[in-house]
Amino acid sequence: MSDLQDLYQEVILDHQRNPRNYARLPTANHQAEGANPLCGDHVTVYLDVKDGIIRDISFEGEGCAIAKASASMMTSVVKGKSVSEAAETFKNFHQMVTGGQDPCFDLEALGKLAAFSGVSAFPVRVKCASLAWHTLNAAIHAGENKNKEP
Amino acid sequence: MMAAQERGDSLSYPLDIARIRRDFPALAQKVHGYPLVYLDNAATTQKPLAVLDRLRTSYIEECANIHRGVYQMSERATASHEAAREKVRAFIGAARSSEIVFVRGTTEAINLVAQTYGRRFIEKGDEIVITALEHHSNIVPWQMLCQERGAVLKVAPMDENGDLILPEYEKLLGPRTKLVAFGYVSNALGTVNPAKAMVEAAHRHGAIVLVDAAQAIPHRALDVRDLDCDFLAFSGHKIYGPTGIGVLYGKQRLLEAMPPWQGGGDMIMSVTFEKTTYAPPPAKFEAGTPDITGAIGLGAALDYVQSIGMEAIERHEAELIAYAEAALTRLPGVRLIGRPKQRAGAISFMLGDIHPHDVGTIVDRRGIAIRAGHHCAQPTMKLMGVPGTARVSFALYNTTDEVDALAACLAETQKMFRS
Repeated sequence: MSDLQDLYQEVILDHQRNPRNYARLPTANHQAEGANPLCGDHVTVYLDVKDGIIRDISFEGEGCAIAKASASMMTSVVKGKSVSEAAETFKNFHQMVTGGQDPCFDLEALGKLAAFSGVSAFPVRVKCASLAWHTLNAAIHAGENKNKEP
Repeated sequence: MMAAQERGDSLSYPLDIARIRRDFPALAQKVHGYPLVYLDNAATTQKPLAVLDRLRTSYIEECANIHRGVYQMSERATASHEAAREKVRAFIGAARSSEIVFVRGTTEAINLVAQTYGRRFIEKGDEIVITALEHHSNIVPWQMLCQERGAVLKVAPMDENGDLILPEYEKLLGPRTKLVAFGYVSNALGTVNPAKAMVEAAHRHGAIVLVDAAQAIPHRALDVRDLDCDFLAFSGHKIYGPTGIGVLYGKQRLLEAMPPWQGGGDMIMSVTFEKTTYAPPPAKFEAGTPDITGAIGLGAALDYVQSIGMEAIERHEAELIAYAEAALTRLPGVRLIGRPKQRAGAISFMLGDIHPHDVGTIVDRRGIAIRAGHHCAQPTMKLMGVPGTARVSFALYNTTDEVDALAACLAETQKMFRS
């Protein structure tokens, strides 16, 4: 079951047991909901963005270990980054989990997100790993809601 | 049981499972290097050689359109197709083969009733009763109908074990109840509903009853005249037959009163540009070239299960389910979702706080196929307070060894997650 150990790496299991930034974000000015209707997983991503910088981020939701750990790790990775850096990270992450990397793909650049490289051997689980990222993307592009309570 | 006698069931118990498994070539394959343990039979069943061979012969020897050719091969195809209808009639104990309508599957059968019987006879303010245990296919067609006709959909509740609360169901029935539709066996929890009592209660209020037998048909002998249901729907692929073929049973007088569904060839008596006279049932509901070979394959599947005997199958599966319930309950952290008084086919469970999809992925790497998710029964899952479950579901070819393999793998999964 070595590919299972690749999929469920210790760092992933740790993030699913103790998800980081798992809460509503009172200062959020962007948010979006994402769901995989076929499996019932859903996530809400809250963002506090100013001048193109993700000042704070959090999430809530329900899903499998991969979906939860991916959301958790995503929030800790993109916090403090610029919106364009986050988009670039998503691009690389997506390449990694779908196994569609170009030859000069740099796994190292993904840092701890490389823990999800095992996902590419499980095509049906790609959508679990990418749900939070798609939702982040939607939140970034959602209009700013300055005064709305999240 | 009259139906059993008519079917000539052999009560050959215990079953020779090794021999039966040889009838299903799919079961001999390896998955991820492990022998396949197929425990997703509520989704679809594997096919015996008898069915596969019959499909092949049908395409080689009698591949012609039916009900119209004057040549011999078409006559043979028609005869085989109608013989399959007769096999279905005998299998479910219907009075006439004209009460057997071939459709694509259970979903299509239910939609057919909603769109023909429903549109003709359900009026504003009428009530349709379903249960908390329904598959989406027995919810959505009625919601659509209610929306269109201004009717009201009522839902009979279940208790925390996943059993229908019969007195609450009876309380929902009244003078406005025009139609009751319920699953005989729940695909999500394995609950066997008290179908006969439910039909009787509905009839006391003059309501018409549709029984969704998709999850009942492979597991227990049933007799539509004994049940006295007005409609019954099932899919061929859940009883070892091909996908794409299913059955709607309807009482003759209802099928006659219903308007046709789809228009086209084969469903007419005569056509002029001014007026079309429709054929009598079942042709009225079978416009166009049907799944001829699918129906013939379904006939072969029914022959196959009868050669084993429904009572013997029921006994074997009851033992398997009892064994599996005990094996699962012995694992610390396993919580069965639904503990119905009477169970058929499926067991739903949670493994600690491990998400069902993770369980499904992990056991798959040991060659074990189970279902994870909401099982197209989101309202049932919500009432049970879970987003989804892991589900194992059995067929006549499953063994206690396979249950042991599953239990060992679940224990391993727990270790991995330290859950």
